[in-house]
Amino acid sequence: MIENINPGLIDWSRAQFALTAIYHWLFVPLTLGLSFLVAMMETIYVRTGKEEWKRLTRFWMTLFGINFAIGVATGIILEFEFGTNWSNYSWFVGDIFGAPLAIEGILAFFLESTFVAVMFFGWNKVSRKFHLLSSWLVAIGASFSALWILVANAWMENPVGMVFNPDTVRNEMMNFWAVLFNPVAVDKFLHTISSGFVLASMFVMGISAWFLIKKREELLAKRSILIAGIFGLASSLFLAFTGDSSARTIARIQPVKFEAFEALSDGKQNAPLVAFGVLHGSGEKIGGKELPNFIFKIEIPDLLSVMTSGNKDAYVPGLKDHIEGNSDKGILSVIEKAERGKIARQTLLDYKKAKENKDNEQIGVLLKKFQDQGFRDNYFKYFGYAFINSPEEVIPEIYGAFYSFHLMVILGFLFILIFSLALIFLFNGTIGSKRWFLWILLFSIPLPYLASELGWILTEMGRQPWIIQDLMPVKIAVSNISADSVKTTFFLFVFIFTALLIAEISIMLKQIRLGPKH
Amino acid sequence: MTIMITHIFLQNYWWFIVSLLGSFLVFLMFVQGGQTFLFSLAKNEMQRTMIVNTLGRKWEFTFTTLVTFGGAFFASFPLFYSTSFGGAYWVWMAILFSFILQAVAYEYRSKPSNVYGKKTFDFFLLLNGSLGPFLIGVAVATFFTGSKFSLNQMNQVKWETQWHGIEALLNIKNLALGLAVLFLVRINGLLYIINTVEEENVVASAHKKLTFNIIPFLLFFLFFIIMLLVSSGFAADRVTGVVSMESLKYLHNLLRMPVVLIFFLSGVLVVLFGISIAVFKKSSKGIWFTGPGTILTVLSLFLTAGYNGTAFYPSIFNLQNSLTIRNASSSQFTLKTMTIVSFFIPIVIAYIWYTWKSISNKKINEDEMKSDGHVY
Repeated sequence: MIENINPGLIDWSRAQFALTAIYHWLFVPLTLGLSFLVAMMETIYVRTGKEEWKRLTRFWMTLFGINFAIGVATGIILEFEFGTNWSNYSWFVGDIFGAPLAIEGILAFFLESTFVAVMFFGWNKVSRKFHLLSSWLVAIGASFSALWILVANAWMENPVGMVFNPDTVRNEMMNFWAVLFNPVAVDKFLHTISSGFVLASMFVMGISAWFLIKKREELLAKRSILIAGIFGLASSLFLAFTGDSSARTIARIQPVKFEAFEALSDGKQNAPLVAFGVLHGSGEKIGGKELPNFIFKIEIPDLLSVMTSGNKDAYVPGLKDHIEGNSDKGILSVIEKAERGKIARQTLLDYKKAKENKDNEQIGVLLKKFQDQGFRDNYFKYFGYAFINSPEEVIPEIYGAFYSFHLMVILGFLFILIFSLALIFLFNGTIGSKRWFLWILLFSIPLPYLASELGWILTEMGRQPWIIQDLMPVKIAVSNISADSVKTTFFLFVFIFTALLIAEISIMLKQIRLGPKH
Repeated sequence: MTIMITHIFLQNYWWFIVSLLGSFLVFLMFVQGGQTFLFSLAKNEMQRTMIVNTLGRKWEFTFTTLVTFGGAFFASFPLFYSTSFGGAYWVWMAILFSFILQAVAYEYRSKPSNVYGKKTFDFFLLLNGSLGPFLIGVAVATFFTGSKFSLNQMNQVKWETQWHGIEALLNIKNLALGLAVLFLVRINGLLYIINTVEEENVVASAHKKLTFNIIPFLLFFLFFIIMLLVSSGFAADRVTGVVSMESLKYLHNLLRMPVVLIFFLSGVLVVLFGISIAVFKKSSKGIWFTGPGTILTVLSLFLTAGYNGTAFYPSIFNLQNSLTIRNASSSQFTLKTMTIVSFFIPIVIAYIWYTWKSISNKKINEDEMKSDGHVY
């Protein structure tokens, strides 16, 4: 099916996509959250008619515009990279994956780009209410755009609502609603947009804290902290709730990813939740891969069992169960899945041969197989395993997954604390005098960026080796181009994105120093 | 009552939608065309600011149309997406790089502490304005001239030359269409500036430049069209799907599809009318004609490439691997779902139209540039 798999090409293609995604994600969450904060501030301006709220709105809107532009620049690359670098993937799933991207363009991007022009150029040209409506539509458009791309991404984690067509050799959509309301998509959307709200709130609070430290624009800074503090606290609580729900869904749908970020080698009853720990090699290997053990850990008894099954005595499988199999628990080994995957692949190859030989009888027999639910559930479901050479290949990078996940969760709880303290100090009127806390707010700005990027690293690296869970490994999804071509574009992207990021940060800092216009 | 919508109908419908998006994209690239005049049309900084701002208030629409064109192509004809993007890697990458530069240039050019200086960002705009339309024109020309690729039995693409798209630049017909598109968007850019900027010198200078762009546009466009009409084309048998070369295929297509022929002829005539009133009567309304004329002409070319049993993305390595709207499309279910979504397009057009009118009620002049508003 794939003649020459070139490891260099796969690595460079993954590196390029990761680079683009990481850069893109430096800008998107701020757009998601700041657009709502700006809309809220403008609402207060329209309701009260007070010019200070307009100044405030326009100040944050300027920063929004600077960030928005570079988000757009990096976003276009992501969309087209599915085609340029992952063309085999694009065909295999294009019937499903393309639709959310197109819907994103038609329903969300135009909404954003049309009304963002009103936001910036419409101040003295349209009525106050129409301008306000435009600001809200930009915010809604941004979240809408996130929805569709996350629906597409969620399908890679949990492919649903489709059937494989052996004639076209691709998965074809059968149920749009199953794709849209995929449980992974619902969790992912809510978790992702709330992370954007938290990030933007921390950004606004941090910069406002700087104004208070410098004793400039104190009234406007306090008003910003008030809006961002309330929005940030509500969002960070919701973030924790959606994060919990997300982890449960992963445990059910992508157990190996879940076991990797919990560093759970052995399955157990009354499984504790490791709040944090330090890993080292256990010496025990599966294939060539060494499983980790804890040097140190803080754990909460039974909680993992409760979280995953609602019962403290429940058995939580470990990596070994999913690699070597556990017949008592009805878990197939990777070898067994690979055998089934190979049968599915051979059936496809036989079907192609029968088509070539115009052997109608054989075509009919094989076609029936692909239409048979039993064959789909027991064989085709493991199609991707046909390309897995050794069981340990299906284990993602455990150390990366574990630390990404735990650091993200710890940061999430820290955000709740920071937002709560900010509101307490604001309401008791002491925030301006608590310089230590203002410095903490300022230096907390990068933290949600870190947490958010860790979330994506966990999502994407944790799914490895799959580009589509169980159906297609990354190694057969790449475009048939030279590794050197991808290496060249990778470095071009590094150069351009970094150069633009430097400009963006420099412009942002200058605009912040200039402060709101009088 | 259940209305049966056939797969063939949906494939035709989506080829029309993609063609329409492509033709709007070419029209909206007047922004790119205008960007190529930043250094030559403006005599001072204020004039350049006016030109940048009149174009800059529309750049996002062009950009969004490009992204939606890509998304719609992916959703409706995924085999094109995987074949062309994964194969002609370098052409698409060059186009993308030029658009990354554009996306930040407007917002950053006049902001203090932008690190690289205003001229660098203006140069980015010039680069995007020249390279973007030219390469998009070259890429679209391969719809008629073909590319060297093969598909295996799993529909996975292999580009049969190591140049991965760069080889398209060696074909004179591709170059002709690339240059025709470039000069067309430059003309539209000038006409747009004439229509929206209220500054005598800029308008007079734009009028002068028109002639120098009309001549090359007409030369390259006529050359491409004549070559297209007299050349053989890639015919796909409606029943068997077998692709073969047919002499005068594209001429036949136009003659067999009178509506498309009318689109083409009226589009060309309306473009010429728009240009002539701008040149001979110094009218500022030229863009109101060249705009719709561009859309009609480009739409007719796309329809000629895909309809009437034609392979719209031909393989000159193996004719039977050529893509048609039949073999490259999404499933009936996906196209049907997308069709329901496409019913929102008129609403999108309506709100774009309304907001454009709302914020473009004043011409771009010195006062506007000095006002309190957002200025690039």
